[in-house]
Amino acid sequence: MFPFSFEWHWDIGHMVFHGALWYALSILGMGLGYAAIKSFIDLKKGGHH
Amino acid sequence: MDSALIPEGVKRCSFGKFALWIGFWSLLMLWALAGAGVCWLKGLNQTNLNDYFGFGAWITADLAIIALGAGAFFTGFMRYILGIEDFKPIINFVVIIGFICYSSALAILALDIGQPLRGWHIFWHANVHSMLTEVAFCISAYFMVLTIEYIPLVLENRQLDKIPLVHHFSHNLHHIMAVFAATGAFLSFFHQGSLGGVAGVLFGRPFAFRQHFAIWPTTFFLFIFSAIACGPCFTILVTRITELITRKKLVKQNVIVKLAKVSGWLLVGYLLVKTLDTVYWAMVTLPNMGVSFMDMYPESPFTIWILIAELGFCGVIPAIILITEKGRNNNLLLIPAAILTCIGICLNRYVMTVQALALPVMPFDNFVNYIPNWAEWVTSLAPFAYGAILISLSYRYLPVFPQEKELNP
Repeated sequence: MFPFSFEWHWDIGHMVFHGALWYALSILGMGLGYAAIKSFIDLKKGGHH
Repeated sequence: MDSALIPEGVKRCSFGKFALWIGFWSLLMLWALAGAGVCWLKGLNQTNLNDYFGFGAWITADLAIIALGAGAFFTGFMRYILGIEDFKPIINFVVIIGFICYSSALAILALDIGQPLRGWHIFWHANVHSMLTEVAFCISAYFMVLTIEYIPLVLENRQLDKIPLVHHFSHNLHHIMAVFAATGAFLSFFHQGSLGGVAGVLFGRPFAFRQHFAIWPTTFFLFIFSAIACGPCFTILVTRITELITRKKLVKQNVIVKLAKVSGWLLVGYLLVKTLDTVYWAMVTLPNMGVSFMDMYPESPFTIWILIAELGFCGVIPAIILITEKGRNNNLLLIPAAILTCIGICLNRYVMTVQALALPVMPFDNFVNYIPNWAEWVTSLAPFAYGAILISLSYRYLPVFPQEKELNP
């Protein structure tokens, strides 16, 4: 659920529950994004591990 | 036939033998799929769930599987956050076990909600006052973490690793694995606790209801504690079973012994707080609710022996074995201790689900017991077949055990 959904209320329950969920999902998304972008950069550089 | 896919320097059985093995477990999976298909097509009236027992075999299996899979997040926590390098040789296998447990739990939940096509409602129309919402959020997100932790291992397959982009991606994921492990630990602590919280907030069910600290009942903390205590034991057990089947030593004894030691002391801690909790529940909580301790254990199979079995036979005995150096170094004692610990946690999740619902709470209620039917049994036991297939595939094609070459020259 997003804040613009009609069911959303700006109360502590919604903010804590959904805040924690989106926080965790954002970390996972950013982690995957970082790994993907860095892999393309490493590929361009042609480096070996 | 598939030798190009097998990791270098290790020996595996012939492809024919492997295909037969996978075929056997696939038949069991097909049986479970038939059970699931019947429930999905015809509805939950095909099970023995009813108005008394909205929660039954599936929820018991779910809670037990998630507790047993706690070895994944807790070992990851010890390895990546606490920096205990001793667990490095087993971390790949732990991730696979966790992945199997959580994917199985999600599959069982997809059955239990009756209409899986509406599964997304819990995210979109979330009831933010429900412990189950927190469980759904955390389990789904943690399954994503486990998938991300499993991906680099899959990408390390001999052929996949030859692709430069795949090789870089796998390496870069490894590089930031601590971030994922920390996120996984955060999510796991909360959902393990919330699963206990679901029972502990049931103020109409004296068997399950517990004293609260702020918004959390004591079962919230007990479920976390019991899960991190038994998770490593399940890891030990699955590792030993894998070694038995493959007839190879895959992990050095010191790794197993250290896991056993951690598990043992956590089990001691858990038993102490669980005993305190039980005494407070018996002496204060239950009398305040107008019932006595023995009212909670009225007749078979829910007699006082079920509590003695859970805390005594499957708690104190394995704890003594695991915390003593001689006990955990002796495989003849270590394996039974690990088995007892795992049975104990399953028993705990069973009573908190089925016994809590079986006991009458209204004057006009009867004591009603619940026995799952075939569709519930096969789908609840399907994780064994699924686990065997996934572990077999991973063991054959992926470098799961870094010590294997050294231990099997």
